[in-house]
Amino acid sequence: MFPELTGYLFPNDVHIHWSLMIVMYPYITGLVAGAFLVSSLYHVFGREEFKPLGRFALATALCFLAVAGLPLLNHLGHPERALNIVVTPNFTSAMAGFGILYASYFVVLLFEVWFVFRVDIIDTAARSRGLKRRLFATLALGVYDTSLEAREIDRKIIRILAAIGIPMACLLHGYVGFLFGAIKANPWWSTPLMPVIFLFSAMVSGIALLIVLYQVAMKLKGMPIDRRAISAMARWLWLFMIMSLTLELLEIMMLAYERAEEWEVIGHLLTHQLSFSFISLQMVGGGLIPLILLGIVVIMDRYMDDRIRNTLTMVSSLLLLLQVLAMRWNVVIGGQMFSKSMMGFREAYVPGMFEKEGILAAAVILFIPFVLLVIFEKVLPTFRHLDQRGELT
Amino acid sequence: MAPDDTRPDRSHYPISRRQFLHRSGAAFAGGMVIALILPEGSSAGVAGADYDWDRHRWVYLIDTTKCIGCGACVRACRAENAVPQGNYRTWVERYEIPPEAEPYVDSPSGGEHGFDPVTTSMNVRKAFFVPKLCNHCKATPCIQVCPVGASFATHDGVVLVDGEHCIGCGYCVQACPYGSRFINPETRTADKCTLCYHRITKGLKTACIKICPVGARRLGDRENPDDPVIEILATSRVEVLQPELLTRPKCFYLGLDMEVR
Repeated sequence: MFPELTGYLFPNDVHIHWSLMIVMYPYITGLVAGAFLVSSLYHVFGREEFKPLGRFALATALCFLAVAGLPLLNHLGHPERALNIVVTPNFTSAMAGFGILYASYFVVLLFEVWFVFRVDIIDTAARSRGLKRRLFATLALGVYDTSLEAREIDRKIIRILAAIGIPMACLLHGYVGFLFGAIKANPWWSTPLMPVIFLFSAMVSGIALLIVLYQVAMKLKGMPIDRRAISAMARWLWLFMIMSLTLELLEIMMLAYERAEEWEVIGHLLTHQLSFSFISLQMVGGGLIPLILLGIVVIMDRYMDDRIRNTLTMVSSLLLLLQVLAMRWNVVIGGQMFSKSMMGFREAYVPGMFEKEGILAAAVILFIPFVLLVIFEKVLPTFRHLDQRGELT
Repeated sequence: MAPDDTRPDRSHYPISRRQFLHRSGAAFAGGMVIALILPEGSSAGVAGADYDWDRHRWVYLIDTTKCIGCGACVRACRAENAVPQGNYRTWVERYEIPPEAEPYVDSPSGGEHGFDPVTTSMNVRKAFFVPKLCNHCKATPCIQVCPVGASFATHDGVVLVDGEHCIGCGYCVQACPYGSRFINPETRTADKCTLCYHRITKGLKTACIKICPVGARRLGDRENPDDPVIEILATSRVEVLQPELLTRPKCFYLGLDMEVR
């Protein structure tokens, strides 16, 4: 099917410069963007079915955003010079806006979290003594007004912040796609579809993460899982995964049908070097199977037992989390598997367990947000507005 | 010192706090001004003393019909520029093209130790060597994507990296279509051919040109009206690598084949 490749690589092209860390970065920002969207569906668009998750989704976005920069720092040859990107930005570079975008989105997210949890902070400060009281009084930033009018103003501000946050989250993440999509030297990256594919897969991973975390949190707290929330998230997840899969396939079908020059390389790449991570994980295991499972959940929703719905969405979400990770891998690593000579492929890249940018480092970075979430939940319970029966109070 | 005697006595301090703040403010402002008026990507310290970069525009010409694949240029480059093993600022490719079949291309160790005799069983009727290096493109993708401005072009048309400023993100390595850049494992910054800027600004030839026994590599200066290389560019049919990418290389080739990217 594909012409025999002679296997000539440019001599500098034997190294994979963008490692597992560069796979992790878009994965984590994608989780942030997706989780933020769910919280905004409630805070901006007033989708009541997401109310049980509104605060938790926001906390998740914050905890993951807090570590999003770590893989990049770990990857840089000179992390101590990282601030150069803000001090001397070269604005012809797609990467130069990173610092500004990341920082401003972080600020918006912090403000939104503060407004959402403001009343809880004041309540806790009033109910506790000593160090805890001082901590929460500090967090309240000297404002103790919890009157109805004040809360109404809070709600308006939250709505505005969440509305600003949506395009910012999309920018922060879509721009990672742009970063790859705008490299004309690399035919596997260079497509205008890239930012859009990144965005949709971000939504998929974020919603999937929330479905998993929400169900686990409810189990741990002994609270019932909200049926409406799960159904609604399954619907949105299905929609976004269909969009994302369609775009991913569309890109490849276009290349294949056009029989463009680059297809000789990319076709070989997908069927040989990436056959497992692309065909088995991204397309079948993480694509087709959740597509069917979620389809069953969405179509049979009314007749479905809660336990079956929860299990099916849980399995689909786990598979989709894997699918998006595989997609990031296939883009970032796949794009470096072939030489720019377009005549040869590198040996398979297997990150080492203990190397600087290896598997352990990635696992630690991915683990931190969960620790942060547990701490966040201890300081500012995100499910407090639900009583033990799971009813909204 | 302020005459107000209710203030604590600070006469034993070398300077008062107010003075300190004043002076540090002035120093900061001064630093900013200096940073702003310094020429972008100053070549101070590398270029020759009386070198004027506005009076040269360098181009490079490679005659592939002359190259014998000895690899002396690769060795000279490594020695001159302390290029780490496994990375290349220049390299030589060998093409063996049988009729009606895919070409066979190789560049063992970048051609550094020359090439073994052809052992392929293919009926090769066309074979040649192609030396490669950074094309010092005019519309270069590597400078475009550098997030901190560490990659820059000198006024005389050489693409350089400021190793003191580079953060080592590797974006330029990804953006270069020619594979000319690498991350130097010792400095952990982007590295590439400098066109031996430390030599050409002192009137010397680049190491690769100087060593080439057959004159396959030549340096030209567009600001020099009598330059023989510029005469060749003006009168002969020359090509550049991957012209469809519109990077406008300043490295020109004679006798390139369509199989060469």
